[in-house]
Amino acid sequence: MATMTIAPETGRAQQQPAKTRTRGGRKLRDNLTGYAFLIGAIFCFALFSWFPMIRGIVMSFQHTKRGVTSWVGLDNYVRIVQDPSFWTAWKNTFYFTVLALILGYLVPFVVAIVLNELRHAKGYLRILVYLPVMLPPASALFLFKYYAYDPSDAGLFNAILKFLHLPTSEWMQSPTMTMPAMVLASTWMNMGGAVLIYLASLQNIPGELYEAAELDGAGILRRIWNVTIPQTRLILALLAMLQIVATMQVFIEPLILANGAGTQDSATSVAYLIYQHGFFQNDLNGAAALGVIMLLVLAVFSAFYLRLTTKED
Amino acid sequence: MSRTLISQAQLRRGRGRILYWSVLVGVLAVCTLVFIGPLYWMVTGALKSGQEIARTPPTLFPHDPQTRNYTDAWNNLNLAKLMFNTFYYALGAVFFQLVFDTAAAYALSKLRPVFGNVVLGAMLATLMIPAMVLIVPQYVTAIDLPFVHVSLIDSPWALWLPLVANAFNIFLLKRFFDSIPEDLIAAAQVDGASPLRTLWSIILPMSRPILGVVSIFAVTYVWKDFLWPKLVMPSPETRTLSVGIYAFSGGTPMNVVVAASVIAAIPTVIIFLIFQRNIMAGLTSGSLKG
Repeated sequence: MATMTIAPETGRAQQQPAKTRTRGGRKLRDNLTGYAFLIGAIFCFALFSWFPMIRGIVMSFQHTKRGVTSWVGLDNYVRIVQDPSFWTAWKNTFYFTVLALILGYLVPFVVAIVLNELRHAKGYLRILVYLPVMLPPASALFLFKYYAYDPSDAGLFNAILKFLHLPTSEWMQSPTMTMPAMVLASTWMNMGGAVLIYLASLQNIPGELYEAAELDGAGILRRIWNVTIPQTRLILALLAMLQIVATMQVFIEPLILANGAGTQDSATSVAYLIYQHGFFQNDLNGAAALGVIMLLVLAVFSAFYLRLTTKED
Repeated sequence: MSRTLISQAQLRRGRGRILYWSVLVGVLAVCTLVFIGPLYWMVTGALKSGQEIARTPPTLFPHDPQTRNYTDAWNNLNLAKLMFNTFYYALGAVFFQLVFDTAAAYALSKLRPVFGNVVLGAMLATLMIPAMVLIVPQYVTAIDLPFVHVSLIDSPWALWLPLVANAFNIFLLKRFFDSIPEDLIAAAQVDGASPLRTLWSIILPMSRPILGVVSIFAVTYVWKDFLWPKLVMPSPETRTLSVGIYAFSGGTPMNVVVAASVIAAIPTVIIFLIFQRNIMAGLTSGSLKG
């Protein structure tokens, strides 16, 4: 034992001359300084990102009752999956994601293409489109809930429909209209960011490409298809993925517009179910299990999606 | 200006010109209606009395505008206190993000300690984790901090500390610092400046635009955030605006709730109108090259 501890000490002293030793000391000091600057951020990441990630997975296999924590295997998962709301929530969440993709993904791109062609009032239009993004979501959603989606004829949307001699709607009180209404509000609140990002990438398209396409006799739609879309493909693919990951976590829309579950459970989302289990049914372990399921679904989707989009190259 | 989808010449002549102007007017009208219309409806609707808001068809202008809903909202929901809370949390968020995230980005960009890239990678990896997945374990952490067993419930630290763990900010700042020439730093070192001194006297003065973007994003983030403050700031004294309005919405007349929502939205709208250039530049620079 004694020789073993001494050996490396003497060995190091013999091998390293004095010069490299001070350089090593300086290197160590530099590293320490570097980490002194990093420590605050590392502490916060460890406490609120890295550690919770592991803890969430651990929690999902545990059960805590009266302060006693024990391992329960897959019990939490079984309980969560057997909850009838589980499948409803996933169905609703997928439905919301798909509707939001149709409306919320297409509209910003079209708006950006149109805005990019206009030579006047550019600043004004950009401000307009981004304005709703700056509102606190709770404020915007109360506006939709009380004024726009008022099911009586005094509501803003019903008044417009009536004015146009179209049938009015019950909005959030109708199970079939709940989702479209939530998607509409959500798109209005969130589309500004995507529009501005598309506008920036549209401005990077070299004008010669359009010039050449026009000389070849390509009309406007053809030019969009053959120049605009291929040139913005990367950002289009990236935003589609970010949007899907964001809409799969839809929470505040059902909470405020539909009081959580909505008429006949038509609004319950997976994120709302996590909230329900964790903070109302006092089932933090079940909520953690649901969170892990959501993480897996999103991870599988992202991996699949990345594979699909990078394959084309 | 370089040409876009439709050439400049085409828009200037005859039919193209008429078409361009009619599209422009159409777009202006539709955008104003779609994006300002609801806000107009919100502000004026809250000026209407309970009877007027229930009238069919709804009135375009309030017939008898009254500020009662606004004053009721201000007094009954204690909006002054809620607004002060939110403002205080936002300021703290700006301070801690600026201090810790700039320090971290500086270390990763210029000091480059061993395993710096591993740390950066671990930070960026958190961008891939959906926020909802972390909400439960984060809450469990906040109510009982590991080792010290202190609860952060109703303490502003519960909002500030998680906000420092913002990989997007660190990435944005690091990329900006990367563009500052190494020669400047070397010159400062020759003059005997310590790393802290270099950061303070050379890096930070050159980074004002990006620091501005980070600060504005921090303020709007705190102002807009809902679920996390709802969980960790449950008492009426510590709530944020959005959470407070939501908590009162059940037993309050809808016009008063909307009036409160209008008041809650005013600060972010003002911030936006003042700093719109910085906000839009930050948004596109951060995402495009990311």
